[in-house]
Amino acid sequence: MSITAPARGESRPDRKKGKGFGITRQERAAALFILPLMVLLTVFWIVPSLSSLFFSLTNYSVVSAARWVGPENYLRLVDDWLFWRSLLNSAYFTVGNIPLLLVCGMALAIALNSARLRLRYLYRVVFYLPLVTSSIALSMVWLWLFDPHLGLLNLLLNAVGLPSQPWLQSTQQAMPSIIFMSVWGGVGGTMLIYLAGLQGISEQIYEAAQVDGATPWQSFFHITLPLLRPVTLYVLVTSIIGSFQIFGPIYAMTQGGPAFATTTIVHQIYINGFRYFNMGYAAAQSWILFLLLLGLSIANLRLMTRGLDV
Amino acid sequence: MTIPAHVEIASPNWRSQTGLYLFLYPVLSLVAVSMLIPFLWMFLTALKPQADMFQVPPLIFTLSYTMENFTRAWTRGNFDRFLANSMVVSTSITILNLMVTSLAGYAFARLQWRLREVFFVIVLSVMMLPGLIALIPTFLIVKAVPLAGGNNLLGQNGTGWLDSFPGLIFPLVGSGFYVFLLRQFFLTLPKELEDAARIDGSSEFNVFWRIILPLCKPALAVVALFSFQFSWNDFLWPLVIIQSDRMRTVQLGLALFRTQTQINWGVLMAGTAIATIPTVILFLSFQQYFVRGIALTGIKG
Repeated sequence: MSITAPARGESRPDRKKGKGFGITRQERAAALFILPLMVLLTVFWIVPSLSSLFFSLTNYSVVSAARWVGPENYLRLVDDWLFWRSLLNSAYFTVGNIPLLLVCGMALAIALNSARLRLRYLYRVVFYLPLVTSSIALSMVWLWLFDPHLGLLNLLLNAVGLPSQPWLQSTQQAMPSIIFMSVWGGVGGTMLIYLAGLQGISEQIYEAAQVDGATPWQSFFHITLPLLRPVTLYVLVTSIIGSFQIFGPIYAMTQGGPAFATTTIVHQIYINGFRYFNMGYAAAQSWILFLLLLGLSIANLRLMTRGLDV
Repeated sequence: MTIPAHVEIASPNWRSQTGLYLFLYPVLSLVAVSMLIPFLWMFLTALKPQADMFQVPPLIFTLSYTMENFTRAWTRGNFDRFLANSMVVSTSITILNLMVTSLAGYAFARLQWRLREVFFVIVLSVMMLPGLIALIPTFLIVKAVPLAGGNNLLGQNGTGWLDSFPGLIFPLVGSGFYVFLLRQFFLTLPKELEDAARIDGSSEFNVFWRIILPLCKPALAVVALFSFQFSWNDFLWPLVIIQSDRMRTVQLGLALFRTQTQINWGVLMAGTAIATIPTVILFLSFQQYFVRGIALTGIKG
């Protein structure tokens, strides 16, 4: 290690040599290094996202060419009760799913954050297990558990003397059942993010609070909760975006039924776009979803950062 | 301290609260058991002989466990083909993702170039887009790939990359998340490493390939694991572009297997187990990388 660090100018040696348009060796390398990424992002993300706005203003279907129809698709949406129903169902799922995810995830994280708890690694692995499994596989397993005749849940209910429930086959119970499955499957992810947040909080703050006579509840409400606020915000925004896009379990378990009780907005986009091939109409629906998610995320950020010096 | 033990849950500062642990262990164990029961029930159902399927109450333990459901899923359900397809697709996506995102992450972290911040903001904004907004146009782009699937030079008259491996693979390569994750890791390495190599006359690519990458194995492992898991479990994209039975991935095969035949729970659970086992094994073998990756970026797998 006899080489000392080079002088600052050395890492961009040939800018002044007038080669090309003053392009340095590192700039040439950088252009090549980001080229594959930028090509892929442009072709599969940037161009599609922008052009979906164009398609939403046409009556494109795979069999016929796109014809400009202006805002017609959006006007049709207003009168489409199934679209409103699917928005309502998505909101129902989100509102049911997220508070449970946050509260249970935080509770599990606080419980597992204790250094003295043996087996905490084992618990962590077990709680996270559903998150490495696909939503389709989980749907199949829960379809079987929810089966009204031979499913494990009804067998357990019967064993303690309670009547069987129709679960997914009832308009009343279908969405709560899917919410239950999603909380079961998602809580490990929220827990892990909260655990990472908790590990960033210094023990000394709690010790100081204890010296000042704070009760554990006070420490929780005045230290843990405020310091976890950025984590909560992150989890809230990402899980709202995720929950509004639920599709796999709907497709695999209920097909949107019974009687449209579980059809969500992404399920409607799929059916309109790829079963009826009304791609212009489906593109309009996905733009409404995008604007809705953008609005919700911004509102969240406002709400959660209010009173913070951000 | 006169505070009852259960109130202590609120504070992580609960040393020497033996009463609390007496409460915590049963609760956590109960949650853990309820997490595991669906998986156990899946395996038990898959291993039961058909004759035992309709017993009420069900036999939890039987002496005659059998692989018959697995064999039926494997051969009659075509799960051998689905599994192979998923392996090809997920492995390709993972390898391509590693190459594309590590090169870009390095350029954003370590190279000096004009417009770097502008491009980084573009990459991050793309990361924020919900995938759904691009779904329909991406389908049309994949359908219009020139000179593929019977298309002419202008991408007309054929099916392009629909119903093919490239169609399953390329749209899932290149993610802002992985670029961001790797960039954060590259930033932690000492700059002297590269400068020394540059003085010795190495090309920029050699600096990256021979000096930097070997130091980044933990971060690359995180990207590889997430990338594999995500593509293995992806469903909407294969559902949209795959038409033929022999091109189905394992998730797509599983979902359509249920809708196309009368439900046979034993065979269905065997298929579900086949679709689940690879990522579960990967997770159990490398779980410290998963945990580190989530802590680093907050990605939910």
